[in-house]
Amino acid sequence: MTHLSLPTWLLLGVALLLALLPLGATTFYLQLGAKIMIMAIFALSLDLLIGHSGLVSFGHAAYFGVAAYALALITPKYEAANFWLTLPAAVAAAALAALVIGFLVVRTAGIYFIMVTLAFAQMLYAIFHDTKLGGGSDGIYINVRPELTVAGFKVLNLESPAQFFYLALIALITVYWILNRLLHAPFGRALAGIRVNEQRMRSMGFPVFSYKLGAFTLAGGLAGLAGYLAACQFGFVNPEILAWHQSGTVLMMVILGGMGRLHGAVIGAAAYVLLQELFSSSALFGGYSKHWQLSMGTLIVIIVLAFPHGIGGLIDVAWRRRGYHGGEEDSPQSAQRSQRSDAEDSESDDLTAKDAKNPK
Amino acid sequence: MTDPILQVSELSKHFGGLAAVDRVSLEVRTGALHAVIGPNGAGKSTLINLLSGELSASAGHIIFHGRDIGALAPERRSLLGISRSFQKTNIFPSFTALENCRLAAQSREPRPWHWLRGALSYQSITSKAHQALEAVDLSDRANDLALTLSHGEQRQLEIAMCLATEPQLLLLDEPLAGMGTEESQRMIQLIAKLSDNHAILLVEHDMDAVFQLAQTLTVMVDGRLLASGTPEQIRANRQVQVAYLGEAEQPT
Repeated sequence: MTHLSLPTWLLLGVALLLALLPLGATTFYLQLGAKIMIMAIFALSLDLLIGHSGLVSFGHAAYFGVAAYALALITPKYEAANFWLTLPAAVAAAALAALVIGFLVVRTAGIYFIMVTLAFAQMLYAIFHDTKLGGGSDGIYINVRPELTVAGFKVLNLESPAQFFYLALIALITVYWILNRLLHAPFGRALAGIRVNEQRMRSMGFPVFSYKLGAFTLAGGLAGLAGYLAACQFGFVNPEILAWHQSGTVLMMVILGGMGRLHGAVIGAAAYVLLQELFSSSALFGGYSKHWQLSMGTLIVIIVLAFPHGIGGLIDVAWRRRGYHGGEEDSPQSAQRSQRSDAEDSESDDLTAKDAKNPK
Repeated sequence: MTDPILQVSELSKHFGGLAAVDRVSLEVRTGALHAVIGPNGAGKSTLINLLSGELSASAGHIIFHGRDIGALAPERRSLLGISRSFQKTNIFPSFTALENCRLAAQSREPRPWHWLRGALSYQSITSKAHQALEAVDLSDRANDLALTLSHGEQRQLEIAMCLATEPQLLLLDEPLAGMGTEESQRMIQLIAKLSDNHAILLVEHDMDAVFQLAQTLTVMVDGRLLASGTPEQIRANRQVQVAYLGEAEQPT
């Protein structure tokens, strides 16, 4: 458990609260909560690329959409599909798409990488938009949600908002845990090295291409998990879910929450969805609520200008201040650990690098 | 004398019409440091980049342990046991000194996809990293961010990162660049020590250091090999004196 920093503990607390939420919340809030958690998985998968590998993908909706369409196309018209078959199939389809596209795009860097990821996503968009596959631009309905049974026994009824909420929660916690472990494992450390200094990593013997392709494929698969759950929840899939708007939305979530910190992706997704709800509420903003994008965009610009490391970065700074004055035990291990985490943060934050020198 | 670990024959690199390296041949042996000297623009750094795989040669052969490695990518050459340092310090500034070396040592880990196990729990990797820091006398800065190290310490760290990959051949590109006298002396001692059990190809401008360390010298001018031999032979070589060392001031 030593890998868990405070924000992680905080998230675990939040997760516990969320687990209790279905006991009291209305359907609206349960659905909103599930949507936030699904988008959080999506944002986490993108943060693996942007924040941890230095791969700024602007076509991440493609993998989200591929999995959603996979579910829609597999599901029979009037009966429920098997959850245990459709979930792996949808995630595998997304991962496969990411593997193939990644094989071509991971060779590029910087602005070219942004452009080719966008181009491939738009190609997939065009396939679903302009051909009869999946109902063309009208999209396709999933009339019956997948059935989650174990040994013939129905474990979760996905038609129930509360039970679907739990499924999304379990998925989010699992993805968060996997990524947290992965980033602390040699693979994650190598990704961090590649992000900081790719040339040096090559000269030290790392097959940089394979590492990047591995990260790209995994991120695609996890985005696919989010896409599958989203398709489950809304019961409807149309080409917009793999259009560039969607890629832009998840990118904004990651930036809003602060790149390179897993809790940031979750916070960013929650903040984005909640702000969208707020600004598009006609009870609060009246006729102006139709133009919610304008208020949303303005606020995001302000937040990014004021807090370059996002909301997650703000929480980290607040926690570190407390940490210094709170007097953690001064064992060499803990000193090493705190400096290590400083080092990790300062990869994207020169200010904290200076902080790290001060306590000595 | 041991067999050469690295044999370079007729190696050339053309950038358009310019021959940055022009039919250069040389050999490097374990225990006998080989220095390459020459004026700016002689093609010394290009030579190192060709050997490490950063650049691919236009013609010629690079034989390492009897195997032609000319077509291999830098990471493959590194895994074979060739490690290089860079002329301009090339480290991970936002990582600790230890993490810099730990990453280098991790590159030898046979199962990098094992994602459940934390990177810090690999004892052999961490201890290799500590040994590398120890070898360059940086142990006390292990947990400091690399960007907080002095220039000289960063150069030492760069060597430590090379050592953490347990190389047989070290390609050192001006390791003394920008160092003060005292730092230089420490680095010279370090290289001399490493030279005992590593094959080293050293590119360096500091003539005192070169004549102190090298057992074989190659002089390059305009991409071509001008002369090759022992330090005494090079000193006595009239062509070298004219082309490079300057007629008036012969090193003594």
